[in-house]
Amino acid sequence: MTNKIIRHVLAEFPYQTPRIERGYANQTLYVNVGTGEIKAKPVSDEMKLKFTGGKGFDLWLLWHAVHDDTKWDSPENEIVISTGPCGGITQYPGSGKSLVTTVSPTTEIITDSNAGGHFGPLLKFSGWDAIEVQGIAEKDVMVIVDAIEGKVTIEEMPDAPNDTHLLGRWLYDVLAEKPQEKYYIAMVSAGTGAEHSLLGCLNFSLYDRKRQDVRYKQAARGGPGTVLRQKHIKALVVRAQPFKGDANHPADMERIARVGADIQREIATWDSVQNRMRNRGTSYLVEIMSDYDLLPVNNFKFGSHPQARDINGAYWETRVTQGLPDGCWYGCTVACAHAVDGFELQTGPYKGHKVIVDGPEYETIGAIGSTCGIFDPDAILELNFYCDTYGIDTISYGNTISFLMECYEVGILDQEKTGGLELTFGNAAASLEILHQLARGEGLGKIAALGVRKAKTYVIEHYGADPQFVQDIGMENKGMEYSMYMGKESLAQQGGYALTNKGPQHDEAWLIFMDQVNNQIPTFEDKAEALHYFPMWRTWFGLCGFCKLPWNDVVDPKNSKSAEPAKIPHHVQNYVDIFSAVTGREVDINEIIAMSERVYNFQRVFNIRLGKGLREHDYPPYRGVGPVTEEEYESRRERYDQQLREWLGLDPDAMTLQEKMAAHRHYRTERYERLMDAVYERRGWTRNGVPTVEKLKALGIDFPEVLAVVEKKLRAED
Amino acid sequence: MKVLAYDAQKCTGARECEVTCAQTWFKVQDVAKSSIRISVKDDGFAAQFCIQCGKCIEVCPTEALYYNKQGIVLLKKDLCVGCMSCVGFCPYGVMYFAPEEALAFKCVACGQCVKACPQEALKIVELDEASTDVWNLRF
Repeated sequence: MTNKIIRHVLAEFPYQTPRIERGYANQTLYVNVGTGEIKAKPVSDEMKLKFTGGKGFDLWLLWHAVHDDTKWDSPENEIVISTGPCGGITQYPGSGKSLVTTVSPTTEIITDSNAGGHFGPLLKFSGWDAIEVQGIAEKDVMVIVDAIEGKVTIEEMPDAPNDTHLLGRWLYDVLAEKPQEKYYIAMVSAGTGAEHSLLGCLNFSLYDRKRQDVRYKQAARGGPGTVLRQKHIKALVVRAQPFKGDANHPADMERIARVGADIQREIATWDSVQNRMRNRGTSYLVEIMSDYDLLPVNNFKFGSHPQARDINGAYWETRVTQGLPDGCWYGCTVACAHAVDGFELQTGPYKGHKVIVDGPEYETIGAIGSTCGIFDPDAILELNFYCDTYGIDTISYGNTISFLMECYEVGILDQEKTGGLELTFGNAAASLEILHQLARGEGLGKIAALGVRKAKTYVIEHYGADPQFVQDIGMENKGMEYSMYMGKESLAQQGGYALTNKGPQHDEAWLIFMDQVNNQIPTFEDKAEALHYFPMWRTWFGLCGFCKLPWNDVVDPKNSKSAEPAKIPHHVQNYVDIFSAVTGREVDINEIIAMSERVYNFQRVFNIRLGKGLREHDYPPYRGVGPVTEEEYESRRERYDQQLREWLGLDPDAMTLQEKMAAHRHYRTERYERLMDAVYERRGWTRNGVPTVEKLKALGIDFPEVLAVVEKKLRAED
Repeated sequence: MKVLAYDAQKCTGARECEVTCAQTWFKVQDVAKSSIRISVKDDGFAAQFCIQCGKCIEVCPTEALYYNKQGIVLLKKDLCVGCMSCVGFCPYGVMYFAPEEALAFKCVACGQCVKACPQEALKIVELDEASTDVWNLRF
């Protein structure tokens, strides 16, 4: 097959793969698809010390690539991908993550997103700690890092399909001269949806040896797939040499093996009687969230639904293929990356095709399912498959559709505006039709392609929608759509979502049970401490190449007797050991938090540099805080009335519904303001959310260009 | 399947089997590199080694583990990426890991320990299916 394929090489850069030392290749790869420039950049000791790797390297490289006025579609914007020093170790589960950063088309600030799959580790084993891709190509190109041939190329491959599930099979066949070479190929791609939408995701591939097919994990948040296609890149590809389990050449393999054996036995012992991730992945959360009134239903109006049982973990356990080692990187026996095999598509351009559907994961089930009022598992699978192959973020797409559904139900949209679609909650056929329209750049799909924030503006400007109402119900902050947890009764989680760098994705903090269920952080100071520690702890995973799930989704019950069970101290110690053993840099938990603080504050300053990142950008929509509509209040009237008595000393029986709602709104928004003050103070920021000069100096990131951004903003505050 | 079997009543704890195994496969005297481990019990000794149940084959993500025609689970070293899934998921704790090579290792019923045992407490036996009975078989 290889001989028949047209490969027009536009640029070529020969290189020799260096030996990886203690988790680092010690160089990064720069590729400009507009100019054809390809070069290696050294990684300095200071870069490793202050930015660690992963997202830290991404941000450092991106900072030097862009200007203050760079937009997502500016040629100088980059897609930067890095795993981190621990990325690619195989002895600890969840150690193959890749971190992506770019200037986002939806938030217009820095977005970061992570995915499993093999790209990041294989890129490093091929000699590169990170890849930064800049410029805009004239025609569609591939960027191919070929460690076997010892070269990096920019190539036109005009026969290549566009949608990911076709492109993957095609490209693996083209590049693998022998079948076993497919094991060591990985690619990053998007699809036709990403060409016509701001919601583009990146698919990170892995070769599934048992299925003998290509599978995908998604780095989806903030539209990186849109940036990839806007640069006219069809795929970033790495073709690596076969590798062994010590490919990172860690400082202390024996220490890694000791910790690895412990965690593997812990998973083997406890997963089957806890969350059963190995059988159903994260879908186990559906039932729990619905039971606790935390499962978004009908655009986050409600938190549970009787039909949630139709799409809960027990159902998916019967639907996903069992008995396969479904880890997204070697050694991950949490193995949440399940798949439905042989699924026959009912709609769209691939109708009748039998395909592998990767997932569905909890967030996807919530976003394209329950929050759209859709509880039909086949519809969820079909939406999931098409989102992935089109290169669309399921979370953002589901939120946008549920927002449009609510607009339809309240009369902002009608059938004339939807092109005849009856866009009520639960109409899966309508959601699928809009998704196909989006991929073609047609009809209502063009509005859905904007994401919630820009769709809000659209319905205000074109359909005369009430701006306050639209702002209240559209589940986005900073332009990013919410992930799938109801935070109305957890003030800490409201902050966990909106007091973030990139926007409301729960990868910074998931505090609902600590706050709402177990009442472990009752005061503002307690919540602020949690909103310091957990975002920093969780940020660290993305600096090193780790997945968070092995930290807290399978836990020996002995943890409940530890001093701070929410932190899972014995797993924290595992990570201290692994990082120290890989890098030879002996750390403790305090240094781990400091490593994250440097990168976290740097990202905050980066957002300020791009014109945002301040207090005014950290407010959630009221739908995420309290009841927007009378229907919502009435659905939980007993709870809300009780809160009026207990919190405010009011008599709800003597108040109108409107008065009760207004009292709630005043109280809930005021306490969020107090939370912001407490969190900013704990993080070492001003009341406007700006990191202070003292804080940046203490962290050692007081580079002149960083201080210049902050000092300019602080002068303006004075 | 032809598997290793152990007769606890014959064992006197000489541990020649451990040394021989480590020497055979790793060229070292360190018994941490042995695929058979002898432990002291109140009433004598016990042995732990692979019974060839094949559970490790199911969890191996690289298809590096497989049954040969004799029913022995073997490792293809060129496919093993040292991920330790098999180590953690072995129901009997008899899959081991060699950090310096980043490879798993296990008993493959090679029989070298049988020859080395001064008490003839080890033997290669023919079984229809894998069984923990081999850890205390009278012969």
